[in-house]
Amino acid sequence: MDAFDRLRKNLKKDFSGRFPVRLFLLGDTATQWLAQALRGTGYEHGLDLQVREAGFNQIGQQVFDTGSELYASEPQVILIYHSTQKLLETYNRLDAASRADLAADRIGFVGRLLDALRRRSTAPVIYFNYPESDDGVFGSFSNKVGSSFLYQLRKLNVDLMQFAAAREGFYIGDLAAVQLRVGRPAFYRPSVYVNTEMEIDLAALPAVAAATVAQVGALFGRIRKCLILDLDNTLWGGVIGDDGLGQIQIGTPGIGKAFTEFQHWIRKLRQRGIVLAVCSKNSEATARQPFEEHPDMVLRLADIAVFIANWENKVDNIREIRSILRIGYDSMVLLDDNPFEREMVRAALPDILVPELPGDPADFLEYLAPLHLFETASLTSADADRTAQYRTEQERNEERLAYTDEASYLEGLGMRSEVEPFSRHNAPRVAQLAQRSNQFNLRTVRYTEAELLQLAGTEGVLTFSFTLTDRFGDNGLIAAVVLKPAAAGELFIDNWLMSCRVLRRGMEHFVLNTIATRARERGFRTLRGEYVATAKNELVRDHYRSLGFGEQAGHWVLDLEGFRPSPTPVRGNDN
Amino acid sequence: MQTIDGVFRDVLDNGDIRLDEGTTAAEVAEWDSLTHIQLVVAVERTFGIRFASKEIRSWANVGEMVDAVAAKLSGR
Repeated sequence: MDAFDRLRKNLKKDFSGRFPVRLFLLGDTATQWLAQALRGTGYEHGLDLQVREAGFNQIGQQVFDTGSELYASEPQVILIYHSTQKLLETYNRLDAASRADLAADRIGFVGRLLDALRRRSTAPVIYFNYPESDDGVFGSFSNKVGSSFLYQLRKLNVDLMQFAAAREGFYIGDLAAVQLRVGRPAFYRPSVYVNTEMEIDLAALPAVAAATVAQVGALFGRIRKCLILDLDNTLWGGVIGDDGLGQIQIGTPGIGKAFTEFQHWIRKLRQRGIVLAVCSKNSEATARQPFEEHPDMVLRLADIAVFIANWENKVDNIREIRSILRIGYDSMVLLDDNPFEREMVRAALPDILVPELPGDPADFLEYLAPLHLFETASLTSADADRTAQYRTEQERNEERLAYTDEASYLEGLGMRSEVEPFSRHNAPRVAQLAQRSNQFNLRTVRYTEAELLQLAGTEGVLTFSFTLTDRFGDNGLIAAVVLKPAAAGELFIDNWLMSCRVLRRGMEHFVLNTIATRARERGFRTLRGEYVATAKNELVRDHYRSLGFGEQAGHWVLDLEGFRPSPTPVRGNDN
Repeated sequence: MQTIDGVFRDVLDNGDIRLDEGTTAAEVAEWDSLTHIQLVVAVERTFGIRFASKEIRSWANVGEMVDAVAAKLSGR
């Protein structure tokens, strides 16, 4: 049974328990197979992707008509697919003078589509780029002819990247990358297109769906944050304990080169905010040696947030890594050259993603790069600092040991928090917190940047973002609260988010003190909160109770008149 | 015929399918214009052959598909 058949068969299975996402698919070709592949792939990744399709070739009609099915369906993601085939058909019918404007005209149209969408929906938009098709009319000389189809198509793809980089909530679905990987003959079969109006052949649809589902998942917080690395024969050739520093293969011509480039790839991941952990069966001193002393190592100890090398069971070590980093197993990826170890970890910890690795290290990168292991929907300045933040956290933990009681330790940290309403300046970081937070998340509302700015501008809504610094370093933006007016005199806590890294240091009370005081100043009499249980936020089940709220018909209510701010070691802007 | 029967049962996910020469799309659940192409692709792959665009929609019943496959196999 081939891959597409498997995906189609998933459609008949039980989707209960999977995370629902309403996706609206607009295309200028027939999209039924794509819709099936998307939903079937979503099943395998814990998503209940509810795909609704527009009628054939209705992109403009659906987007510009405010009463269309598109808007009525209240999609959470909008996927727009303008095909290369139809682009070529359009190009062919242009007079010669207009051909050089193909890319500009299409980008203009995309801009108008997005403007219209934004007036009616805050849903993120994924726009497929254009897999290359060469009509060969100018041969290689196309590259020097601005009006050739190839030139315009390549220009369009570059223009799309610039367009996307400048706009939040607009993402490029990289169809061109999928065609690159599967090859043109697998991607586009003329006989299929002629008979079905479907551009993407069955052979390529699973890869297209996999990439798109990874992107959709990232938009809803399903991202991986941590890469756990084995050492021997994974980061270098050979076994450090047996071969010694001079004999391991790294940097040397031949296979050592493969490991060098592999380490460069991993370092790039670290630089973009993926946290690295080492988990190796070696004595610690031996395992550290290459990092400290080998001149050709690309990764150094400063790149590694958690370094574990011992003779214990790998599964136990990974449990340890999890408790140190305080992230879920489903945030982790493990790379290990040993298939036995990989299978053991998969069996014991099914939430960790453990890709296979090819037997030949030279093949590692070509195999891993297309797997979308670390797909993301955002990148902020906070990401680059993530490893540094984890290392700073370890310094705090060591400091803790110097104090006999928690309260003195916390006072000694000198914590300060800056409170700001949502703004263009902090919205990307608040959105990222909203996307990433699973545990300390009272109602799991995943705000997009557009939604956050809309809230900030809405009369009566109070928004709060909180940062936290202490004498060890800056934790960045670590909490956010949205209050909406409800019944008379009452404010409803639409969501309360916090990073798990700053639990039980006094931020909980600081946040409550801030929002309750502000609410009372505005004349409100009660604050109402709600805990919406998910598989991951058991942590905050008693959050409101512990802060002194009273239970009332499934919600939690705080009387503001009787409220007194609790003491907390965290100081704010004004004290 | 038997091989094609197996392909239909696999692609349409229905173990009850029993094809004969005269079976048409109207008589088989889930054999529609969309799955038709999937069936053709699966048949092509099973026999290692390729149909031309105009052939793909030209068969009135399973018998004609079987004949077309046989012709391709002997013609190569």
